[in-house]
Amino acid sequence: MLPALILLAVIFQVINPRFMTETNLLIVLQQSSINIVLAAGMTFVILTGGIDLSVGSILAASAMIAVIVSLMPEIGMLGVPAAILAGLAFGMMNGVLIAYLKLPPFIVTLGSLTAVRGVARLLGNDTTVFNSDLPFAFLGNGTFLGVPWLVIIALLVVVISWFVLRRTVLGTWIYAVGGNAEAARLTGIKVPLVLLFVYGVSGLLAGLGGALSAARLYAANGLQLGQSYELDAIAAVILGGTSFVGGVGSIWGTLIGGLIIAVLSNGLILAGVSDIWQYIIKGLVIIVAVALDRYRLQAGART
Amino acid sequence: MTAPFISLSGMSKSFVGIRVLKDVDFDVREGEVHALLGENGAGKSTLIKMMAGLYKPDSGTITVNGEEMKFAATGDATAAGIATVYQELLLFPELTVAENVFLGHYPRTGAGWIDWAAVRARTRELLDQLDTHDLDVDAKVLTLSVAQRQRVEIAKALSRNARILIMDEPTASLVESDVQRLMQVVRQLRERGVGIVYVSHRMSEIFALADRVTVLRDGAHVATCDIGEVNEQQLVSMMVGRPIDSLFPKAEAEIGETVLEVKSLNHGRHVQDISFRLRRGEILGIAGLVGSGRTELALTLFGMTPATSGEILMEGVPVRIGSPRQARDLGIAYVPEDRGLQGLVRPMAIRKNVSMATIEKLSSGIFIKARAEAERAREAVRRFGIRCRDIDQPVSELSGGNQQKVVIAKWLETEPKVLILDEPTRGVDVGAKAEIHTIMGELVKRGVAILMISSELPEVLGMSDRMLVMSGGRVTAEIDRADATPERVGAAMTAHRGAEAA
Repeated sequence: MLPALILLAVIFQVINPRFMTETNLLIVLQQSSINIVLAAGMTFVILTGGIDLSVGSILAASAMIAVIVSLMPEIGMLGVPAAILAGLAFGMMNGVLIAYLKLPPFIVTLGSLTAVRGVARLLGNDTTVFNSDLPFAFLGNGTFLGVPWLVIIALLVVVISWFVLRRTVLGTWIYAVGGNAEAARLTGIKVPLVLLFVYGVSGLLAGLGGALSAARLYAANGLQLGQSYELDAIAAVILGGTSFVGGVGSIWGTLIGGLIIAVLSNGLILAGVSDIWQYIIKGLVIIVAVALDRYRLQAGART
Repeated sequence: MTAPFISLSGMSKSFVGIRVLKDVDFDVREGEVHALLGENGAGKSTLIKMMAGLYKPDSGTITVNGEEMKFAATGDATAAGIATVYQELLLFPELTVAENVFLGHYPRTGAGWIDWAAVRARTRELLDQLDTHDLDVDAKVLTLSVAQRQRVEIAKALSRNARILIMDEPTASLVESDVQRLMQVVRQLRERGVGIVYVSHRMSEIFALADRVTVLRDGAHVATCDIGEVNEQQLVSMMVGRPIDSLFPKAEAEIGETVLEVKSLNHGRHVQDISFRLRRGEILGIAGLVGSGRTELALTLFGMTPATSGEILMEGVPVRIGSPRQARDLGIAYVPEDRGLQGLVRPMAIRKNVSMATIEKLSSGIFIKARAEAERAREAVRRFGIRCRDIDQPVSELSGGNQQKVVIAKWLETEPKVLILDEPTRGVDVGAKAEIHTIMGELVKRGVAILMISSELPEVLGMSDRMLVMSGGRVTAEIDRADATPERVGAAMTAHRGAEAA
């Protein structure tokens, strides 16, 4: 998918030379960061052949918690770990239902998409919570050596994910469970534990995403924040070449996929494409990506 | 003598360069039962599937009623009056009996709607013709027994006015009383002029039903004769009919003390009161028909379906095996029957598949020692002669034989004391088969005890030091290599049926 990313960048550069400026590229990276964090978690889940539809709602609930905790005097910084832990807890709930009660991931996370959204609204009594003096606002808006913290965090998440997937025993197990759960079980791999882990990770990263969103906005709203973020995350994973069937894919692909989505959004705006057409074009790109996924699988089956 | 309704001549078929059928002639007349015999891999299914229009022959002609036909799809065969009842029944469990029978060719009313009254009435009629008065046409198929579902499949074939009915091992999963009833149905169909191709391993059924018999071996036609002209021994030798000892060089290994002992092991219907001992350096073969409980025994020993009662002793110590993980840690390895579904993670690289069962040993903490992992994988590729580009090639790209070697390599990494091989050479080519047998020989020389399940009689006879024959979930015979003959093992495979009927 890297060629596609480069091609898009070149096209947008031709249309509007402002695209390839340092300022704009940093904006693209910054805009893609939260989606890449969510998509990293989604990669773990999809690699096992599952899906997590609840990340947008978990992000909203965690952001609410982050802001609410940040309003407490003295311990305001704890908003970040609180959000992450809340996300982990929601993810583990998904994981328990999927791994031990053997419910289908789509159904479970569709349910928590709605239920956790409700929790997010409940947390702020259905209002927007603000903190103009947010102690961790630098995460959303600050830079370190000229690089936005958002970008640094997203890259760290990608690197750690790569390490877990490619260099640890657990990573091998994740690929094995997604590639052939029955063979994995016969090999002595604890399949339910692997599933619990991936949904836990997805929830945890959605929690981190919530903290980052809160940091960026100095505020959180249980109703609006994170709406349909799960779809962007899934799109990034699929664009990155990770197979919906499970067992095939990489976190680098997801990074590229997330960047493609961000470049598309940014480039279409710079090109002056109307909001409505942006939707249509982005949607078509996702469908084309899934079609590519299917062809790739068929090509694989032929050998 | 009537002319054949369908005749196939010079049928040949290759898959990925391997010839599975070589110049075979076969014909069926109306109103006869023609038994088709052969070992697994002899080409029976391929031949059937060509008659059913599922496979296109590479060469050869199919003539139906004197007219040459080309079956491009199953619909063409159905239209020509040929129907098939497969071993795995292809019904829709959520639909009713009547809906299944007429699926795809529902009778219509004048207005073009489905005429449900006719569907139900005609299904009733067909089932009554099969003496199945007790089956409700409105029952959902999922509530039916296997025997009843089979009756529905036959009714479905008849609803399309089939003149030839192909039955692929119809009794493989039936209990004795249902077998008798099915044989009655077959006789009735014959009287009504339907020609039946009857595929079965069971000699008793063949001698009770068939008018003619055709034997295939290694994809070639061996003989077609009237059933009165042959006896059971002749048929078995036609099926097996090759110098067994030269094909399966049995490595001489020193047999040591008992490693695994099983005492009256039970799990469900398929593992009943099983006892045996397995010694170091020994190959214990398990023979039996499909459904005789061989694989179920292996799964119980390996902790997939833990035993409900009985004892397992490893090197004299009683153990409980509740999961594959426990079995692995006790030194038991299981190379499953279906390597694609149970043995391999196909999209993963060879190195990952080889290290999968031992990955915890190849790690420090949670991190994989990549160099050690690669070293083990390269060693396995060398040792087993796995033909591949490199160790990072996905196993899905390897041939069947090489895939099987990867599965074996994975389990040998665990340094098992007991290796259970379930159909170790099914679907692998002749060369790889010999290599796998050689690997088995090396293993027993190093003191590994092997439990080998195989449907291929010559393989069991050629490779085993001793063999257990299973039937109906029980061990019906234990035979030493010196005393083993195809006839004796074959008789024990079906032994309990006679015993139960008596």
